[in-house]
Amino acid sequence: MNNLVILPILLPLFSGVLLFFLRRQIRTQQAITLVATTATLISSLVLIGSISRDGIQILNMGGWEAPYGITLVADMLAALLTATASIVTIACLLYTFHSIGEDRKKFYVYPLLLLLLCGVNGSFLTGDIFNLFVFFEVMLISSYALISLGGGKVQLRETIKYMITNIISSMLFIVAVAYLYSITGTLSMAHLSERVALAGQDGLITTVSLLFLIVFGLKAGLLLFFWLPGSYSAPPAAIAAIFAALLTKVGIYAIMRMFTLIFYHQSDFTHTVLVWMSALTMILGAVGAIAYGDIRRILAYNVIVSVGFVVFGVAVASREALTGAVFYLIHDMLAKALIFILGGVIVSIAGTDRLRDISGLIRFRPTLGWLFFLSALALAGVPPLSGFVGKVMILQGGIAQSYYVMAAIGLLTSLLVLYSVMKIFINSFWGETLLSEGEEKSPGKGYLLPGAMLAALLIGLGLGAETVLTYVGQAVEVMLNPMLYIEAVLPQTGM
Amino acid sequence: MELLMALVIGVLFAVAVYLMLSRTLLRIIIGTVILSHGVHLLLMTMSRLKRGAAPIMEEGNLAYTDPLPQALILTSIVISFGVTAFMLVLAYRAYQSLGTDQMDELKGEKEHE
Repeated sequence: MNNLVILPILLPLFSGVLLFFLRRQIRTQQAITLVATTATLISSLVLIGSISRDGIQILNMGGWEAPYGITLVADMLAALLTATASIVTIACLLYTFHSIGEDRKKFYVYPLLLLLLCGVNGSFLTGDIFNLFVFFEVMLISSYALISLGGGKVQLRETIKYMITNIISSMLFIVAVAYLYSITGTLSMAHLSERVALAGQDGLITTVSLLFLIVFGLKAGLLLFFWLPGSYSAPPAAIAAIFAALLTKVGIYAIMRMFTLIFYHQSDFTHTVLVWMSALTMILGAVGAIAYGDIRRILAYNVIVSVGFVVFGVAVASREALTGAVFYLIHDMLAKALIFILGGVIVSIAGTDRLRDISGLIRFRPTLGWLFFLSALALAGVPPLSGFVGKVMILQGGIAQSYYVMAAIGLLTSLLVLYSVMKIFINSFWGETLLSEGEEKSPGKGYLLPGAMLAALLIGLGLGAETVLTYVGQAVEVMLNPMLYIEAVLPQTGM
Repeated sequence: MELLMALVIGVLFAVAVYLMLSRTLLRIIIGTVILSHGVHLLLMTMSRLKRGAAPIMEEGNLAYTDPLPQALILTSIVISFGVTAFMLVLAYRAYQSLGTDQMDELKGEKEHE
């Protein structure tokens, strides 16, 4: 029992509710949001420390023992992801200070961001499958409001599609929970894992697991990503950055949890499905990334490619591949936030997101240019930067399990990702300067602090990979040994 | 009894899917509402429709119905109520602002407003 576990959920929730009363005091709102997210980050870091010392931390809500109450479970994977989510939120928050207009700030953008963080952290930390659904909804409802906030025509149009897709996938989530409950009679993830292991994963449970895969695939943009490019192009850059960094990752996390904790018995079937889905996702995402000529769409398709890549690591399911997947997931949250922010700055300076109308920005925006260059290299996985370690480990793991074709697809899509982001760099930064100094549409201020922060973290994550990998190793230990998780949550069973 | 419920829920799902594949936005929203009804009935049915007293502690009751799915359904009902309310207002706003409720006129590949 450790009350620290609930802090990453409670801090954003309470401060978010508080901000609803301070609608007009924008300065106060910003200060409170910054303090709250920083406190969330600190509590997650302290949590990581205590997990690495004493193992998995749990909190039985209301003191009810595990299978009967809701348990919050903070293992290393969850804690690492809450810490990363808080960092990303802080960065996007700093970028909103300058990039988002007065009208949006007065209409609850900060409380909504905090509630989004609350939903994301809750999804990472919960140990109950229906509670996971509820936190998904907390996250999604905040995202509906954030995506439509401002009410531009594109936003309204894309929010409708985004909402309908997510309503359907939420309903399918409940269907899957209902089936699983009728088979096993429990909702706690640890207890579910125990019961599924006891009954043996028969055809019925495997079918339910595939239903969960469809649900989380819809949330994560795994193969079922048709909704993603449109919705991620609609909102302002700071909001799009936080979406790209957090929302799909929660889906990936849920896939990781489900298929390492509960449905790991029929891996020759379920994991083959996962491998094929991830391969198709990588290919289709890369095709989209090279096909388009506008910045927002290219970046949105890059989100899809990396989802495919991480899930490939999860599907291989060896120690090395899982380590790579977790490391790459953390890297990707930071890198996607950075590149969406920088892409947003380019769009706001040039006043358009079509590449053929932008040229020669490097002449008066050198810092922006080199930051973008750095994040492009990190995204593609060039050695000193953070994308490299995860990619190498996923590919090594894949090759060791003789997934040669998939590994080749992974390498090829890395190349295409590099091409697609370099296309943005070369087109918009090199060449004749179309705009002279002062002619730019919008100053594009305020990106430097969050940009430098995220870039420093990407470099640090690449250079300090050894340190991070010890923590990631602890996360993977639990993924490989579900008994560790079960024993932490249900100490009395003693199996 | 479960079989009958399964058939009814299946019909609800079929109706919902048919409505959601139609063109007008309002029909799609009606489809999502019917889908949520189907899902909630499914949650009810999947906990077995055994006979027993309502889950209120009273003297003399030996068997109760399963209280857990009822709590889950109650949670899910309010969530889908909130989402539906938001969706309806969004549809109204989109109708005012975009001037159409036909989904095929809501494509946005060619222009960026």
